[in-house]
Amino acid sequence: MDARVKGASIFHEIEALLPMVSKPIQYVGGELNAVVKPWEDAEVRWAIMYPDAYEVGAPNQGVQILYEVINELPNALAERTYSIWPDLEKLMREAGVPQFTVDAHRSVGDFDLFGLSFSTELGYTNMLTAIDLAGIPVFAKDRTSDHPVVIAGGHAAFNPEPIADFIDAAVIGDGEEAVLKLTELVQQWKRDGQPGGRDGLLLSIATSGVAYVPKFYDVSYLPDGRIQRVVPTNPDVPWRVAKHTLMDLDAWPYPKAPLVPLAETVHERMSVEIFRGCTRGCRFCQAGMITRPVRERSISTVAEMIDNGLCKTGYQEIGLLSLSSADHSEIAEMSKALADRYEGDQTSLSLPSTRVDAFNIDLANELSRNGRRSGLTFAPEGGSERMRNVINKQVTEEDLIRTVSTAYGAGWRQVKLYFMCGLPTETDEDVLQIAALAREVIRAGREAAGTKDIRCTISIGGFIPKPHTPFQWAAQLDHETTDARLRKLKEAIRADKQFGKAIGMRYHDGKPGIVEGLLSRGDRRVGKVIHQAWLDGARFDGWSEHFSYDRWMSAAEVALADEVINVDWYTIRERQQTEVLPWDHIDSGLDSEWLWEDWQAAIAETGVGDCRWTPCSDCGVCDQMGTDIQVGPTGVTVLPMPIVRPSVVN
Amino acid sequence: MARTAPVRDFAPTVQKLRLKYAKRGRLRFSSHRDFQRAFERALRRANVPIAFSTGFSPHPKVSYNNAAPTGTASEAEYIEIGVTVECDPDRIRLALDEALPPGLDIVDAVVSNTPDFAARLEASEWHLEFPGVSTEDLTKAVALFMGASEVLVERLMKTGIRTFDARSAVVNAQILQEARTPGAPECAILTLVVRHSTPAVRPDDVLAALRRVADLVPPTPVRVTRLAQGPLAPDGQGVGDPFALDRG
Repeated sequence: MDARVKGASIFHEIEALLPMVSKPIQYVGGELNAVVKPWEDAEVRWAIMYPDAYEVGAPNQGVQILYEVINELPNALAERTYSIWPDLEKLMREAGVPQFTVDAHRSVGDFDLFGLSFSTELGYTNMLTAIDLAGIPVFAKDRTSDHPVVIAGGHAAFNPEPIADFIDAAVIGDGEEAVLKLTELVQQWKRDGQPGGRDGLLLSIATSGVAYVPKFYDVSYLPDGRIQRVVPTNPDVPWRVAKHTLMDLDAWPYPKAPLVPLAETVHERMSVEIFRGCTRGCRFCQAGMITRPVRERSISTVAEMIDNGLCKTGYQEIGLLSLSSADHSEIAEMSKALADRYEGDQTSLSLPSTRVDAFNIDLANELSRNGRRSGLTFAPEGGSERMRNVINKQVTEEDLIRTVSTAYGAGWRQVKLYFMCGLPTETDEDVLQIAALAREVIRAGREAAGTKDIRCTISIGGFIPKPHTPFQWAAQLDHETTDARLRKLKEAIRADKQFGKAIGMRYHDGKPGIVEGLLSRGDRRVGKVIHQAWLDGARFDGWSEHFSYDRWMSAAEVALADEVINVDWYTIRERQQTEVLPWDHIDSGLDSEWLWEDWQAAIAETGVGDCRWTPCSDCGVCDQMGTDIQVGPTGVTVLPMPIVRPSVVN
Repeated sequence: MARTAPVRDFAPTVQKLRLKYAKRGRLRFSSHRDFQRAFERALRRANVPIAFSTGFSPHPKVSYNNAAPTGTASEAEYIEIGVTVECDPDRIRLALDEALPPGLDIVDAVVSNTPDFAARLEASEWHLEFPGVSTEDLTKAVALFMGASEVLVERLMKTGIRTFDARSAVVNAQILQEARTPGAPECAILTLVVRHSTPAVRPDDVLAALRRVADLVPPTPVRVTRLAQGPLAPDGQGVGDPFALDRG
């Protein structure tokens, strides 16, 4: 193979392989609103990746936002890359074709920075595949100034320790301002003639506080395997690395021109983030804990983004995104105004995350004006009142029954309910309450609908304790007990002659949750497990057809053979307050005392209020980060004028 | 309470337009479904007053004709759309072309003035490039193929593997004699005129047939482009413009 010119397109090499793989369109780019900038015009070049298949990664908001933010800079460029399916990976390895970007089909190894956004830990093995295919050494210590700086971001980066050996840095929190700062640092380093080589750059990143650089921190362990301490190895590096918080979402109306893939993807809609953060305080929810405080985008900005986005994309569905969309202070005005504006336009509106108690039927009616009342989804999470107190999901059975009855009465025929299994302090009885609740939903629903023709599907996920939550100390439930409980629940539903047939149940077995649990709360030693599993063929761990529990367990056995700890130690073991947690040096703003008290409150089954409506509970974030809640209402009800588009009629 | 489709005001179709589009370069890897989604979005972006069907899930009135397979480029794909306000075909063409990603290009548009458009698409003209295959080898293989009265090939269809004749639908096969720049890699070129039949004989089937009769196995994938679709010329040498009648 001829030596490739840095930054040159290698599309002709990829093209020769595409007729032999499935869904080749996912590798060719050419999306509407994609940006290709000349290589030479940029001083700093980013390759950014969502480490999953294109169909999952392409719609990702985080990647789309950073892609635009970087490409708006005159002196920088960003291109995207996604995980390559095993069929093409094999052909690429045979032909010596490296991991490439879909925008200009450049080799990922040619870029200055390689950023990966992790919404889930199950993307770690895909990262290793991409790094390796790019011709970058898998271990950070083996890289030179010729290799890109590998940077992790996203929610999973709040515990970067399991991947500390593979990444050069991790950005904690909102990425918009962080990528600008990193671009600046790389630009300066290049202009200055790369002082100190690769380590010089990494040190400047670490000392600036913009990102966590694992190599400048030493971890020592106690004889029993617990962490003794984590210490910076350089006096200029901060002891704790703080998260970034973007204030004023109205000043950052991204994405302005969302990408429209040609390939079919999981979300095909014009998505607008209507607020960031959530203070409901659900104790299992990492997203709600690490994204505080709540920062709303105003109704005017949301409307402008939607109008502009629809013009630029042609999407026919609008998604109002957030962690709990019905909680926006102006959600009623917003949904009504949008439904009015796009009525008769074959444009539908959806609210992906809705709470039972924040939901009202007027809102639902606005969302279904186009006539489709296919299904409504609610997440009570816990089957029993007791369980919901433990997790601080403040929804009573009465609330739930009232809401779903209204929905059935208003014409909906299908209601989906999400629950978790394996929550702290949970018993068989708590899980069996899910069946009782579903029965009551159907009973009340039939009464309200005046027909027997209604259904309720319960969907159950295994609970995984996550870092930076009150449950970070909790023992995860072993997969045998999880499966046994779910079996009992299934039997209880099936045994119900009167309502059982109207209740569907969807769940997964408990094994994948154990691997996710290991990766979520792991420390640097878990990196060896990830590497071993990847060597053994682990890819696309979020896909049940590719995931293998046995492969992970045997990899863990090999990789942890010389350690005093094992998978159970990481997953089903409860931690004490004094234990140094692997992510303690990552500062999410949450006060560790507050988290512990909240954990104790969970065990005592007492709740904590939402600081938007009840007094501040001193979680610590605003004090620590210098931030504040930003909520409306703004009082604006009239939307800005829509964009006038040229006419094609005679 | 029975489910009934909501009553909505749907403007009727007042005009139909026929469009010709090309699928070029890397976008030849788009599937027919990929094109459909992209096209329906382009209709919205271009503000085309497209007509909708009635019912629970109204969909835009667009009909598609024998789309070229995924991985195959085309200069001549045809669709027909219904609109609720009379439109100027040139403005529609420009607006839709602008709204589609580069590589999916609207190249012609006419108002539908005649019936039975689909029946007018009698045959396709295909252009096949064989990188790494010599003109000599290809000529021999094609001669064997054209000399046979029938060449059975297999293809996996929705109903399972089906065996059919790939020869009789091929009306014409020409090897293009192109002056090759010295030192450039070999690349034989074949053009085919293939009559549309059931099951449709695709270039892939002809390639399977060439393998069968002459053991021709190209070292790299053959690049295929559909050059034209339309009424079969009386002499079988090519296909005509299917819009000719509409242009009057």
